[in-house]
Amino acid sequence: MLLKSLKKQKNELANSQRQLELLSNGVFETGELPKFSAQLASLKQFPLKPKTLEILQINIGYMCNQVCAHCHVDAGPDRKEIMTRETMQQCLDVIKKTGAHTLDLTGGAPEMNPEFRWFVEEATKIGVKDFIVRSNLTIITANKKYYDLPDFFKKHNIHVISSMPHWTKGKTDKQRGDGVFNASIKALKMLNAVGYGMPGSELKLDLVYNPSGAFLPGDQAALESDFKKALLSDFSIQFHELFSITNLPISRFLDYLIASENYEDYMYSLVEAFNPEAVGNVMCTNTLSVSWDGWLYDCDFNQMLELKVDSTVQHISEFDKDALENRTICISQHCYGCTAGAGSSCQGTVT
Amino acid sequence: MSKSYYDPSDLKKFGNITEWNEELGEKFFDYYGKVFEEGALTAREKSLIALAVSHVVKCPYCIDAYTQDGLQRGITKEEMMEAVHAGAAIESGATLVHSVQMMNKYKKLSM
Repeated sequence: MLLKSLKKQKNELANSQRQLELLSNGVFETGELPKFSAQLASLKQFPLKPKTLEILQINIGYMCNQVCAHCHVDAGPDRKEIMTRETMQQCLDVIKKTGAHTLDLTGGAPEMNPEFRWFVEEATKIGVKDFIVRSNLTIITANKKYYDLPDFFKKHNIHVISSMPHWTKGKTDKQRGDGVFNASIKALKMLNAVGYGMPGSELKLDLVYNPSGAFLPGDQAALESDFKKALLSDFSIQFHELFSITNLPISRFLDYLIASENYEDYMYSLVEAFNPEAVGNVMCTNTLSVSWDGWLYDCDFNQMLELKVDSTVQHISEFDKDALENRTICISQHCYGCTAGAGSSCQGTVT
Repeated sequence: MSKSYYDPSDLKKFGNITEWNEELGEKFFDYYGKVFEEGALTAREKSLIALAVSHVVKCPYCIDAYTQDGLQRGITKEEMMEAVHAGAAIESGATLVHSVQMMNKYKKLSM
């Protein structure tokens, strides 16, 4: 089981350039599989352009209390990169003037940033229609200073989105670490207790399903039904919706694919499952991703590959809505993950 | 060409069989797709049936395909193994039940 980030291990896949090379080599270099750009070109959708900005996703740090095997962020306790209050203020200034209706805080574990609560309080004052915090659940019971997070979330009407790879301990712990399943169940009960995830409640609690291995997610609705049945009957836990998210071949998941000799087959299955209908709805068309140090990216995946937006405006401090809406989206073969099957995004399927 | 009869990468070439008989090939894949659609049985139930039958007929391509399909559906390894045992029980039962015939014959021919 992983205890250190790739970066700490000095693994070559901690290097974004190396990852990008790998993603364009082998079957993509020989032409056995078409590059993503060629796939888009055949649909007359290249270059890919954004539509109106709807979601501002802010990664407030790579520090995390977990070291999940599939993490594309390579997050962990040994990562020290966290957003400063100064950069958060720059984000708040943008939130004030943007037409985006959704603010999505992610990480690492966003709650571990010492300025997290301040940021949430300030953002709430500005007012956002949908204020998402991606909580890994175990942070809530990790330390007594986090025990009141369910109440804090409730106070600010936060939309909580949390990961759960399966309704069983075996699969969950394999992907997310020993003890994560039990701690997650405890946290979900605490959230239910203050009203999150209950039928008819305005306190939104959604779960994210990531396959715990080198396979694509199955039907989202069927999985949601299975999760609901199992969590209710086994633990009396309720939640609102399930989002199934495909694992993209980046960082630790890429490392896993290569180490388990599944990389080529996995890329084949992504390409074979390419769905032209998903292209127009991929999240880079309506989302901007902000890194802990304020740089702008088309999505969280591009952030981890250090592919800054293709624009003269690359930092949150210079935010310019028009300049950014006129940019071209940066793509590479990892993008096949978002266009496979029913498509994938931070809010589940896209078709 | 590899030295073994089965090559896992051949499974993805299954569709190519239509090249040597388009009509029958297409009828087959159409039928196959229809069979596994949601119906009186759920697609999930059919996936487990397919997994069990794959083992009984010993098709390595099917075993790979339906193990993967099961994983995608969140089917656990315990559920998969139970399904295979159901197949095994039928297969071995089919062998053993014929021994009733053996017993009958034995009794017929013996004083």
